Amino acid sequence: MATESYPDDLRYHPEHDWARVDGGEAVLGITWYAQDALGELVHYEAPEVGAHVTKDQPYAEVESVKAVSDVIAPLSGDVLEVNEKALDEPETINGDPYGEGWLVRIKLSDVGEVEALLDPEAYRAHVAEQ
Amino acid sequence: MNATLRRTPLFDRHVAAGARLVPFAGWEMPVQYEGVIPEHVAVRTGAGAFDVSHMGQLHVEGPATGELLQSLLSNDVERLSDGEAQYTLLTNERGGIVDDLILYRVSHGHYLLVVNAGNREHAYAWLKDREARGTEVRDASDDYALVAVQGPEALERLGLSDAPAFTHAMGEVAGIEAMVCRTGYTGEAGVELLCPAEDGAELWDAVLERGVTPCGLGARDTLRLEVCYPLHGNDISPATDAISAGLGWTCALETDFTGVEALRRVKEAGPERKLVAFVMEEKAVPRQAMTIEGGGEVTSGTHSPSLDVGIGMGYVPSAQASPETELVLDVRGKQRKARVVKKPIYRKESP
Repeated sequence: MATESYPDDLRYHPEHDWARVDGGEAVLGITWYAQDALGELVHYEAPEVGAHVTKDQPYAEVESVKAVSDVIAPLSGDVLEVNEKALDEPETINGDPYGEGWLVRIKLSDVGEVEALLDPEAYRAHVAEQ
Repeated sequence: MNATLRRTPLFDRHVAAGARLVPFAGWEMPVQYEGVIPEHVAVRTGAGAFDVSHMGQLHVEGPATGELLQSLLSNDVERLSDGEAQYTLLTNERGGIVDDLILYRVSHGHYLLVVNAGNREHAYAWLKDREARGTEVRDASDDYALVAVQGPEALERLGLSDAPAFTHAMGEVAGIEAMVCRTGYTGEAGVELLCPAEDGAELWDAVLERGVTPCGLGARDTLRLEVCYPLHGNDISPATDAISAGLGWTCALETDFTGVEALRRVKEAGPERKLVAFVMEEKAVPRQAMTIEGGGEVTSGTHSPSLDVGIGMGYVPSAQASPETELVLDVRGKQRKARVVKKPIYRKESP
C-alpha cells in the first residue's frame, strides 16, 4: 500500500475524490484516504466510455473484501477512457491511487466547476477532521 | 466508538498492533491488522491467530446433563466420550436454528458449549429456562480468553503434536495452561486455545512470538465462506432449518430433541429451498440480501482471496440447487451470472 499523501497538483472533492485537470479534460480517482478506509480493493465497477458523469453524483463503484462504496464525481463530463489496469487489477488503486490507479478520464462539461473543488491544503484539513 | 461495546482480554494488544477495530455482535473487535488478504493467505499457507474471546462459554454440569443436552441439541450427545467434541445445533420447535455451537465433553456430567458471541445471552437463557433437576447451566464467558491458531504450520509453530479433529485436552503453550481444542472455522488444521482471561494476553504474545500472523474478523469471514461453514445470523437462523441448510449431518433424527419432528417432515418431503454455494461467472462481489432470480437470496458473499473471484452462499428453490446450475444475481440493479458449485467452494487441491 502507498503511504499517505495528497499531491499539490490535484484538486479534491470532500467525498475523497481527486481530479487532475488538464485544459478541457480531467483524470479522476480516489484519494489515499478513501482507499485506506476501504482496504484492499477487489473490484472496480467502471462507467461505460461515453457515459456522462455529474459532479457530486456517483459514477462508479469500488469494492473491498468487506464493503462496496460509490465513487462520487468531483466534476461533470463525458467519459473518454476507463483505466483498464484498475479494472483488471483493482489493487493498483491501493498501490498508486494518484498514478496507475486512476479511474477515468473525462471531457469536462463545465471547466468552471473546478473552482468549487478543494485545494490540497483545504482537503488535507478536511481529512484531518475525519 | 460506542462506549457500550464489550472488549476482550486482548483488546489492548489489538490497539497496540494498530488493528482496525469495528463493532461486531456487541463487541469492539479487530477486523484486520495488515489487511484481509495477507491475513487470509497466512492462514492458508502458514499460520494465523484470531482473538475469538467474544464467543460464549457455557458450562452445563450435573448428573442429568447428558439427558438435558440430548433433548435440546440436534446431534447425538451420547456419541461423545470424554475429550471429544461435536458440532451441533440448538433448535427451536419448528426445527429452526437458535444457535450453532461446539459441544465439548469434559467428563461424564460436565459439558462445555462454545456459542456465538451474538447468541450468548439467548443461548444461555434458552438452556437455563430448560435446566432440569440435576443440571446446572453457567455462563462462564467472562472467565476465558479464546485464541484460534489456524493454518498448515499452526501446530508446528505452537510445538503441539497432531491429534484428531474434534478432540480436546489440557495442554501448555509457552508455559501457559490451556484447553487445547482441535477445532476451528477456517478449513485448515489448527487449534482453539481456551485459557483463563488473565492469561489471554500472555498467550497471545507467545503465539505471535512464534511467527504466527495476527488475523482479524475480515479474514475469518473469507476463510469460513471459502469452505462453506455457515455463519449464524447470515446463512442460518431461528427461521431456517438444518435440512434446508445442508446441516442434516448434524441432526440425529432418531433421537428426541426440540424440533425433531419438524425436521423429520422436512427431510421426508424434501426441502423447498436449499442453501447452496456459488461462484461468480462475471466480475462482481455478491453480498448478503442480494436477490437471486427465481426466488433465491444471497446469505453470505465476498471476494475469495484464494480463488480471486466472487463467492457466496444463498437459499434457492431446490430445482436450482444442483451443482452447475446457472444463477442470476441482482448486483445493485445489474444482472450478474453465477454458478452453483459443490461445497466447499475452496479445496486444498484447488489451483
